[in-house]
Amino acid sequence: MATKKFMYVNRRAPYGTIYAWEALEVVLIGAAFEQDVSMAFVDDGVFQLMKGQDTAGIDMKNFSPTYSALGDYEVTKIYVEKESLEERGLTLDDLQHLVWEDEDEDWAEKDSIRLVSRAELAEVFAGQDVMFNF
Amino acid sequence: MPIEVDGKVLETDEEGYLANINDWVPGVAEVMSKEDDLELTDEHWDIINFLREYYEEYQIAPAVRVLTKAVGKKLGKDKGNSKYLYGLFPYGPGKQACRYAGLPKPTGCV
Repeated sequence: MATKKFMYVNRRAPYGTIYAWEALEVVLIGAAFEQDVSMAFVDDGVFQLMKGQDTAGIDMKNFSPTYSALGDYEVTKIYVEKESLEERGLTLDDLQHLVWEDEDEDWAEKDSIRLVSRAELAEVFAGQDVMFNF
Repeated sequence: MPIEVDGKVLETDEEGYLANINDWVPGVAEVMSKEDDLELTDEHWDIINFLREYYEEYQIAPAVRVLTKAVGKKLGKDKGNSKYLYGLFPYGPGKQACRYAGLPKPTGCV
């Protein structure tokens, strides 16, 4: 079976709806099928990757640590839209530092997050075979 | 079916996984393994403890492929292969070991 390029687009804030967690579960399950998987975080979706999340007050599981497992699942291309961050007064430093380990290079840690402009992200989207919107 | 551990009755789901991860004590693994006629060795505990640490850090139970790779990195290449892990946990290292560790069924377990 030929490998297809799968893109999971996350546009919503992490809590309040189930979309963010469901998307993450779908990505982790889908990763077992050894496709070429990317994720994108745009609009309020960028809040999903924020550091220091605390859900104690809303009685929901804080699943933000799970994003750090994406590298283990060989999901190594995580696009974050620059304009979405800026519009919300955020920078990359407000987000978790996500890495993956390259087994072929003695487990060297490499950054997973790629900061891209809206225009660059549109090009990335154009190159995908399958898009999932959450 | 609920299980009894150290005199306490603990709820499980229909597949035998603990209903509440916070109920876990080492006795859970002992009781569950006895039901499977499996004797837990230090090698089993290495994997069970590894899974609990993984869950603590990432809030998910790893898929078996991910577990295999991570075990190989942490405990050595000779243990990071499915032959070794299935030798320890014949019902599947993901499912069986996660159950003993009190975790939910692995995410990405297909």
